[in-house]
Amino acid sequence: MSDRRTVAAYQYDGSFDGLLCCVFESFLHKEQPLDILPEGAEQFPLCPPKVIETDRKKAQRVAASIPKKISPLAAEWVRGGFLSCAPHRELLLLEFLRKGYRTGPQVTRMMQDETVAALFRAVQFLENEAHLLKGFLRFVERNGVLTAVIDPKNFVLPLLAPHFAGRLPRETFLIYDRSHGMALLHRQGELRIVPAGGIEFTPENDTEREYQRLWKQFYDTIAIEGRQNPKCRMTHCPRRYWQNMTELCGEIFAPLSQKSLKNPADSGIMEEKHRRISAGKAAVYDLHTESRCARDSGAHARS
Amino acid sequence: MDLFQKLTILSDAAKYDAACTSSGVDRSGGTDGIGNAQACGICHSFAADGRCISLLKVLLSNACVYNCQYCVNRVTNDTPRATFTARELADLTIQFYRRNYIEGLFLSSGILKNPDYTCEQMTEVLRILRQEYKFYGYIHVKAIPGADPLLIERMALLADRMSVNIELPSEQSLTTLAPNKSRPAILGPMRQIRDGISQNQTDIVRSRHAPKLAPAGQSTQMITGATPETDFQILRLSEALYKKYSLKRVFFSAYMPVVESALLPSLDTRPPLLREHRLYQADWLLRFYGFKAREILDEAHPNFNPFLDPKCNWAIHHMELFPVEINTASYEMLLRVPGIGVRSAKRIVSARRTGSLDLAALKKIGVVLKRAQYFITCRGKLPDAARLRSENMIRAVLSDRAAAMLGLPQGEQLSLFHDPGMLTREDVLQCLTGEL
Repeated sequence: MSDRRTVAAYQYDGSFDGLLCCVFESFLHKEQPLDILPEGAEQFPLCPPKVIETDRKKAQRVAASIPKKISPLAAEWVRGGFLSCAPHRELLLLEFLRKGYRTGPQVTRMMQDETVAALFRAVQFLENEAHLLKGFLRFVERNGVLTAVIDPKNFVLPLLAPHFAGRLPRETFLIYDRSHGMALLHRQGELRIVPAGGIEFTPENDTEREYQRLWKQFYDTIAIEGRQNPKCRMTHCPRRYWQNMTELCGEIFAPLSQKSLKNPADSGIMEEKHRRISAGKAAVYDLHTESRCARDSGAHARS
Repeated sequence: MDLFQKLTILSDAAKYDAACTSSGVDRSGGTDGIGNAQACGICHSFAADGRCISLLKVLLSNACVYNCQYCVNRVTNDTPRATFTARELADLTIQFYRRNYIEGLFLSSGILKNPDYTCEQMTEVLRILRQEYKFYGYIHVKAIPGADPLLIERMALLADRMSVNIELPSEQSLTTLAPNKSRPAILGPMRQIRDGISQNQTDIVRSRHAPKLAPAGQSTQMITGATPETDFQILRLSEALYKKYSLKRVFFSAYMPVVESALLPSLDTRPPLLREHRLYQADWLLRFYGFKAREILDEAHPNFNPFLDPKCNWAIHHMELFPVEINTASYEMLLRVPGIGVRSAKRIVSARRTGSLDLAALKKIGVVLKRAQYFITCRGKLPDAARLRSENMIRAVLSDRAAAMLGLPQGEQLSLFHDPGMLTREDVLQCLTGEL
């Protein structure tokens, strides 16, 4: 820490290579930026940020050094950390790399260290969310193309891509990540992650609706009434995923438990109350996603 | 009858099957077909009862000729009957799979005409999926007790996992409640699959193209609470099944009264969910924590303590082994600390190689200390909470639910000054040590 000068925030182009160049810069000049920000991020810096140009050669030098000087696992963590939604993930990664170059392959075991623990948690969150979405994502067929919408907190598309491409090799599919304004396209074995904003889908046809109806019916039938356990369901399948799930999107603002209504006469009032609350929530939600879409669309390609 | 009605009847009839896992086999798909399988398994949804939905769980038919007392599909029960055609079910599976609703198919069936015929019909569904659609996803299929071994082998070659339900924990209960099924008829296919799998493994050494027989292994399920067996008997049985039949999983299903019968608990019996929960906890201890059934329960204590999970219960009866020092204890001993699971134990072992751990470090690692703190030391020191409030340990290790069952105050610790009209600490202790 002692021999490092603290300098103004770095600004990079939002790509992984760009971030690696920031790391390069920081080591080259022995300086510690106050923050590292992607282009176009909302920011109110006291002094203007130092713009770091992305140079593939520098980035490759850093990228090659991580598995060599630290470990392949550390390289994996760095990639994962970059895709995660950890606050100030860029600074976290810089700090992690600093510690990694100093201690070597041991660094990924140093869970008692604040930085290492924070990065580990971020990577785990990313991987968990990707794993959940491998199950919770729902395709809707429109004109022979399978389409899906997700609202993940982490940028999971690069993790979902090989999974679905391996699983549906002959299908054309599109997964739209609404919260990051990006889409994954697959056609004839070719995979691409491209910026996308405000995609509007054509309505589905009758066959598609029939399969959705069958699936909902299966979902409702398979539960055992005597074992109702809404809390357990929510632990395993958090509500924020429900809006994009065929069988659960209708239940999203339903009362938690019918049992909690003691007096049946009250239920009308409760329903009305719920309806109003949910309508309000839905409105807030729409605004929220729209603004996020608007901000993120095409802002930074991180593939 | 249309597909919608069939699906309703046949998934309703299949819902009491506990198993819905898609784990145990890693297989990448071919470019000519659809699907792959992941060893960790993927849950695609969770039903209102909190159970995972991973596979399309249906019966091929519920027009059963058997008369098992506990079953909704028994021949004497007045219930709507339906049967899928093989093609219908295969198409539905593929359409659901494409939309990422499911990880594969879980196929079981009532006995249509006779076991051999049923087995052939089920195999036809699997054949269409595997050979016509080139489906590489997960298939779990129920072996039909009493079917020809050759037919069972053919089915096992197309499936990923095969299971035979042992149904009830003892032979006596089986003869009373399921007169058409016998222990040998159930264990026969189980033995056959086991031998097939081990034979298969030597074949694969010789040729990697040898067809794989049930590569994700086999599992079984039994109903608990319908018959008078003790938890100890059930646990011993599952331990034996793991050892002798190399099963991957034993599932327990709390008895849900669905039909009225003089031989069964009455219709208003509530399913023994807590008991089922404890059985699963103990099952985990057997499979991942190096416990033996005899350590968890014995003849003197044949049933689970309703208030404490089996591991905590074991620890409280073996306080001479605790506290353990986090920085030096063996992995096996760490696993025995209440509140420390496989993940936490592995992380502790890995992290302590880089430096000694204190309480703050444990928290950063992600170890949940609520219960563990009473059973560990860090660098020779007891965590503060345990030192200052050691008499509160009992309340602390109890879950809120168990505390409520004992009438203990919620969310606060037992104190020396609490109302003497309520349970005393001695009562609680006695209760916990099983002397009450």
